[in-house]
Amino acid sequence: MPDLSPVWLSVALAAITTMLLLVIGTPLAWWLSQTRSRLRPVIEAVTALPLVLPPTVLGFYLLILLSPTSAFGGFWIDLTGDTLTFSFTGLVLASIIYSLPFMVQPLVSAFEANGRNVMEAAASLRASPLDAFFRVAVPLSARGFVTAMVLTFTHTLGEFGVVLMVGGNIPGETRVVSIAIYEHVETLQYADAHMLSAGLLTFALLVLVAVYALNRRSAVRVG
Amino acid sequence: MFYHSASPDGVSKVSALMLRIASLALALLASPVLRADSALVAVASNFAPALNALIAEFESTSGHALRVAAGSTGKLYAQIVQGAPFDMFLAADQARPRQLENSLHAVKGSRFTYARGRLALVSWDALDEIAPEILRSTPFRRFAIANPKTAPYGVAAIEVLRALELTELIEPKLVRGENVGQALAFVASGNAEYGLVALSVVRSGAFHGSLWKVPAALHSPISQDAVLLERARDNPAANGFLSYLRSEGARQRIAAMGYDTHSARQ
Repeated sequence: MPDLSPVWLSVALAAITTMLLLVIGTPLAWWLSQTRSRLRPVIEAVTALPLVLPPTVLGFYLLILLSPTSAFGGFWIDLTGDTLTFSFTGLVLASIIYSLPFMVQPLVSAFEANGRNVMEAAASLRASPLDAFFRVAVPLSARGFVTAMVLTFTHTLGEFGVVLMVGGNIPGETRVVSIAIYEHVETLQYADAHMLSAGLLTFALLVLVAVYALNRRSAVRVG
Repeated sequence: MFYHSASPDGVSKVSALMLRIASLALALLASPVLRADSALVAVASNFAPALNALIAEFESTSGHALRVAAGSTGKLYAQIVQGAPFDMFLAADQARPRQLENSLHAVKGSRFTYARGRLALVSWDALDEIAPEILRSTPFRRFAIANPKTAPYGVAAIEVLRALELTELIEPKLVRGENVGQALAFVASGNAEYGLVALSVVRSGAFHGSLWKVPAALHSPISQDAVLLERARDNPAANGFLSYLRSEGARQRIAAMGYDTHSARQ
């Protein structure tokens, strides 16, 4: 039986990243879905960058940016007393950047699919914009939220390249499940590699089947 | 709109062009350099920079052409067992080449030690003087080594820390690179203040910190073995390169790049 602590570390990383991205990604996705700003394509492009860039590019920049010798990394040490590279906090930061499009893009699609009419109708019934957002836009976009959160969670669970570059393979801190599998393969411990890989494969498949099944259901009722 | 193709005139133009390409190809094949043989070398990452320098010399004198695939010894070993098209294997240890000999993936009796690895203590700062005492006298956060589970240099680094009685101090500060190259990158980028890595890797790159050459007596020898793989039993390029690798000239160059060799040790 392989050491299972990397699994729980990955789950914790994915859960925390999903929660934080929900807070960051929702207003960003809402702004993108509503704005007529000429900046929109630029912001959209920046948001989508982690989809197209290899993890090595992000990993390389993070190694430089988060280094204790950089302005930001030094500031972080003064603030918290800990480094960002080789730490769980650093992995959370990296994952937020890395998984950003998986949260934002499904939300933008969901918000856009609602159309502007419902928000205008809510406003004409004297709902405040915030009220209308939480009482109308969010329930109407429920499936978008589920898709976004599940994709963010599973994508972070499968994160490998960035962690390999800035993690330093510290047990209980940065040795996530993908790194553990890599190490098992490198050291020819195929039985352990098989167990962790099959577990991850099964979990990812089940989750995706659930999401796609949910997405096929008829429209979400609001009431 | 229709596209008219293959007019009689067009056909003759195309066939004339193909004839010229074919004759050019024949002329190239007939030239002495390209008629020479080629081989693919699988090499442990730490030796890749040295290998490239050696190959340049070998190619210019022999006319053979060599290509290089660098990776960790464990990964390359797994690829060879799975049938990767490598002709020679320059490992970072002795165990994997020996296993390949035993499993008949490598030619029996072709194995020899081409280099012995040396370690260097490196610092991010360009210090006037660096010695192990500095690790006790100045506070620091991170110490980089190659992962002992996958890299022979990582195992040796752990032995050195134990020999210097630094294990307790450094264990909580350890970060493990995938290989010595990544461990050095952690130090070079300032993410770790110190590290124990292969001397050869420090010498091959643009590293601006300081280094202390670790005495070879502080760790078990890092003997790196080469082996001829079965598919290249009769490959003149592979056989030629392996005998070049044993030559006195090659040994001197290997020693200059941060390794011990048989002749350099005497």
